[in-house]
Amino acid sequence: MREEIIAAGFGGQGVMLIGKILAYAGMLEGKQVTYFPSYGAEVRGGTANSTTIISTAEIPTPISSHPDVLLAMNSPSCKKFGSRLKKGGLLIANTSLIEDVFKRSDLTIMKIPATSLAHDLGNKRSANMIMIGAYLKYKAIVSLKSVEKAFSIFLPGKKDFWDINKKALRLGMEYEGR
Amino acid sequence: MSKILMCGNEVIGEAAVQAGCRHYFGYPITPQNELTAYMARRMEEVGGVFLQSESELAAINMVLGASACGARAMTSSSSPGISLKQEGISYIAGMELPAVVVNVMRGGPGLGNIAPSQSDYFQAVKGGGHGDYRLIVLAPSCSQELYDLTALAFDLADTYRNPVMILADGMLGQMMEPVTLKKINSKRVKKPWVLTGAKNRPARMLRSLFLEAGALEKHNEKLQEKYRRIKAKEVRCETYNISRAEVIVVAYGSSARLTKAAVKMAEERGIKAGYIKPITLWPFPEEVFINEKDKDKRYLVVEMNEGQMVEDVERCAGDRKRVSFYGHAGGWIPQVEDIFKRIKKLV
Repeated sequence: MREEIIAAGFGGQGVMLIGKILAYAGMLEGKQVTYFPSYGAEVRGGTANSTTIISTAEIPTPISSHPDVLLAMNSPSCKKFGSRLKKGGLLIANTSLIEDVFKRSDLTIMKIPATSLAHDLGNKRSANMIMIGAYLKYKAIVSLKSVEKAFSIFLPGKKDFWDINKKALRLGMEYEGR
Repeated sequence: MSKILMCGNEVIGEAAVQAGCRHYFGYPITPQNELTAYMARRMEEVGGVFLQSESELAAINMVLGASACGARAMTSSSSPGISLKQEGISYIAGMELPAVVVNVMRGGPGLGNIAPSQSDYFQAVKGGGHGDYRLIVLAPSCSQELYDLTALAFDLADTYRNPVMILADGMLGQMMEPVTLKKINSKRVKKPWVLTGAKNRPARMLRSLFLEAGALEKHNEKLQEKYRRIKAKEVRCETYNISRAEVIVVAYGSSARLTKAAVKMAEERGIKAGYIKPITLWPFPEEVFINEKDKDKRYLVVEMNEGQMVEDVERCAGDRKRVSFYGHAGGWIPQVEDIFKRIKKLV
């Protein structure tokens, strides 16, 4: 088993956190994992992405040329990484910020207005957790429990956020998209 | 012990703290900034000294000063910044001071780019600064090795009174993967040479300047004798299936990760392949090549540069025709499949 996940969006949407949380959850479940951030001359509001690989075998490189999954949080990311998705891959698109979802007949595409759902929930910054929820609904690559455990590591001292993020995860899992 | 998830740069920092490093001097540069940031926080927590210097040159000379006073001291940078430190590194080597220097390599020459690269093998292994000196150069290839080898670096530096370089790259520095932060039992090395103030005892002197007739030659001979001891005792290397292999891939650091996967792929397709992964780049594991008597074996050297370590492999293998090279420079990370194709071609 080997799953390569790219989470992409603009700076501030929490795409790095998506990657770290999925990697941590995979590690808790005894898998080999790597997490690799995009780093560069990144600016606030510019594009950002992270690559997470979860595997039962050793991971030679943390970089993915053809990911299995793309969690696209905005339009430029959807375009840039959508074309790189593996044949038959999964695209989860935040339709609040993506008008024209990248089209490819071989892909499974799930549309979810994560940013507006997060706004309605009372914390628009939890859109990234809604995206994770949607992904877990589609592919039980890691358990919800492991993801929630990762909160305590990556959101330390922010217990108020844990609850709303847990709600956001469930919202993503329950959303009837497509 | 349970595993935790940390970025490679932070792993180096934690290993240094656990190994008793309480003096860190650095100047920011991508892709190693997480290390500098981590030390800014951790040094305060453990009562150490963190200083962001005005330049790379200042940082390496602060390491020199702290080390002369007996402290376990470290600095880190990335390729262009390491070039700026070369003068200080040469002085530290000449003065026989322990020090740990971390190079999280990026693409070069010049300002190059910030992508992962192995562009500084020559600089690390063949000199870099002026004069006849050697660095002990350790090449980690995963987060666990970043931790273990950083801890080892401090022990080796103290044992041999010699600067030790951790040669990592942007991929290892930026990547997060699980690591076990084992308890480090650092070697306690007596330092009868440290400068502590000469009250009630004869003065000591640490210097790299020897103007008296014959004094420098004598000093250099002493250094060379030390380097021979290091070569005899400290070679570290991982090998796999080299006695049965027809093609032996040679790679270190990030390239070694890719190589392992490519060798596995070759084996699954019935090709007899193995690998040599040098962990110490200096001293280089020469014996592994020299002891290989089967002249039909082919070596494939894989590096993220235009071919640097390949020269050492050619030198040790004794026959250049047996050695081929595959590499990319400028931030392109070789693909496992491409390495596999090269292996296949050599059979």
